[in-house]
Amino acid sequence: MTVPALEARGLIRRFGGLTATDNVSFSLAPGARQALIGPNGAGKTTLINLLTGVLKPSEGAVLLEGEDITNLSASARVRRGLARTFQINQLFPDLSPTESLGLAISERQGRGADFWRPAGKPEVVAEIEDLLDRFGLTDVYDQPTRSLPYGKQRLLEIALALACRPRVLLLDEPAAGVPEEERHDILAALAQLPADVAILLIEHDMDLVFTFATRLSVLVAGRLLCEGTPEEIANDERVKAVYLGEDAHG
Amino acid sequence: MIAPLDHRSMSPVLKHIRRRERWGAIEIVFWLALIGVIVAFPARAALINEMLIAGLFALSLDLILGLTGVVSLGHAAFFGLGAYTAAILAANGWGDPLLGLAAALAPAALVGLLTAPLLLRGADLARLMVTMGVALMLGELANKNEWLTGGADGLNFTVAPLFGHVSLGSMGVGPRNAALFSLVVLFILFAFARRLRASPFGISLEGLRENRLRAGALGVDTSRRIVAIYALSAAYAGIAGALSAETTQIVSLDVFDFHRSADVMLMLIIGGAGWLYGGILGAAVFIGVRDVVSAWTPEYWEFFIGLMLVVLVLSGRERLTARFRR
Repeated sequence: MTVPALEARGLIRRFGGLTATDNVSFSLAPGARQALIGPNGAGKTTLINLLTGVLKPSEGAVLLEGEDITNLSASARVRRGLARTFQINQLFPDLSPTESLGLAISERQGRGADFWRPAGKPEVVAEIEDLLDRFGLTDVYDQPTRSLPYGKQRLLEIALALACRPRVLLLDEPAAGVPEEERHDILAALAQLPADVAILLIEHDMDLVFTFATRLSVLVAGRLLCEGTPEEIANDERVKAVYLGEDAHG
Repeated sequence: MIAPLDHRSMSPVLKHIRRRERWGAIEIVFWLALIGVIVAFPARAALINEMLIAGLFALSLDLILGLTGVVSLGHAAFFGLGAYTAAILAANGWGDPLLGLAAALAPAALVGLLTAPLLLRGADLARLMVTMGVALMLGELANKNEWLTGGADGLNFTVAPLFGHVSLGSMGVGPRNAALFSLVVLFILFAFARRLRASPFGISLEGLRENRLRAGALGVDTSRRIVAIYALSAAYAGIAGALSAETTQIVSLDVFDFHRSADVMLMLIIGGAGWLYGGILGAAVFIGVRDVVSAWTPEYWEFFIGLMLVVLVLSGRERLTARFRR
């Protein structure tokens, strides 16, 4: 039995009287392609925040490759190999894609506090060029991020997380807000993510989920309702009920 | 190993990431012109010296406000600490100018280091209040401890000649020497800040200014970076204060005044924050305008500084300097 890349053990998070995350346990195998789905308000964002260290759990533990990281800060978790993207772009508007990626790579190499040698070591530059190329950002390498088309910003969002060379990558609705004609760029970018990185995809878009994931977890009202292959989930009566119920309202 | 700066063989990406490191021709002209101005107008050396020191002070604020995006309305605390450190040393017989600068750096950096954690939480308004509060407290400490600082009467001290024989006093070529000395100190500290801005550390500061959440999500320990740059910024301000005390041979309690903190922020905003030259240009404009206008209307010169600020902000000064800033 291999050690899971990421494991949640009995995570509980209460906000006053509300239990947003209710005893969630799951694990992500090395190299997994897993998706977390659930209707609006199911607590997906809270769960991500617990895993990444933005929030501390009221109870329970988070383990990264077998090591308890429950008490580590968000940035310390990143340095151990747990990276994430954001549902709403969190980029550096005044920096170029080149500088943004350079920043991520320098941090990963532990050179982020180097104030003396100029940025741009040859191997860093080679890695930046490779990431720009893989995410279709080569033509905008020197533009301020704020001037990039939304689809490119979305790709940079993923490229930045990948520049951390994570063991585990949490993708929070990577296709959110991307117009239909640019969606295939995102899909292509997701398809070519390194096979050895365990990925948890949080997504609303069922097409994307079923294309990408080999395993699904369904979160409803803060609890894990069920887990299985896409076929099992698609045929699960309880899941149907939850989603049909939502459709009936929406 | 750093790749050689052979521009033709450099990839566009490398060229782009190194562009902050390269000195442009216009920059070299700027610094040479400063030497020229001091030599050509020895009668105005005292005014130029004041501009250079204010420029260094504004540069120190740029490190924290422009580069890192952390506001401070109490930077006079560090300027004052540096000024009194140099003056007290000189009053007690250690009047060497270089010793004074080196000694002024330490207490300013230390107080910066100790107070920086206060800036990590809360909103900008809270930071403005905290930084103001620290400056007020230091000002009153200097006022109360008359035995050390001379209190409201000020301090009597004499600064020794630089390297034993270059006079920085107000007689003869003293003011010119003083201005050249300030220029050299400003240039060295500027070049260091410039290099820092082109380093991974500098880029991480801009990153946390642009988006602190994301910087953290890329593994940047944002709190430590802020504490480090705040201490460095404080050290720069301390050196500016010491330089002021040494070259004017005056120090009084007003070095801690609120208006000093506010003026230096105005200078930086006039010149444009975040590109390091803004403080120097803003200080020259601010002090230049004050000098010209106060000869004509001594009491109301700040009217014109106010007018200038309004015009600058409304006309979008960003556009005027954007070409040079990236």
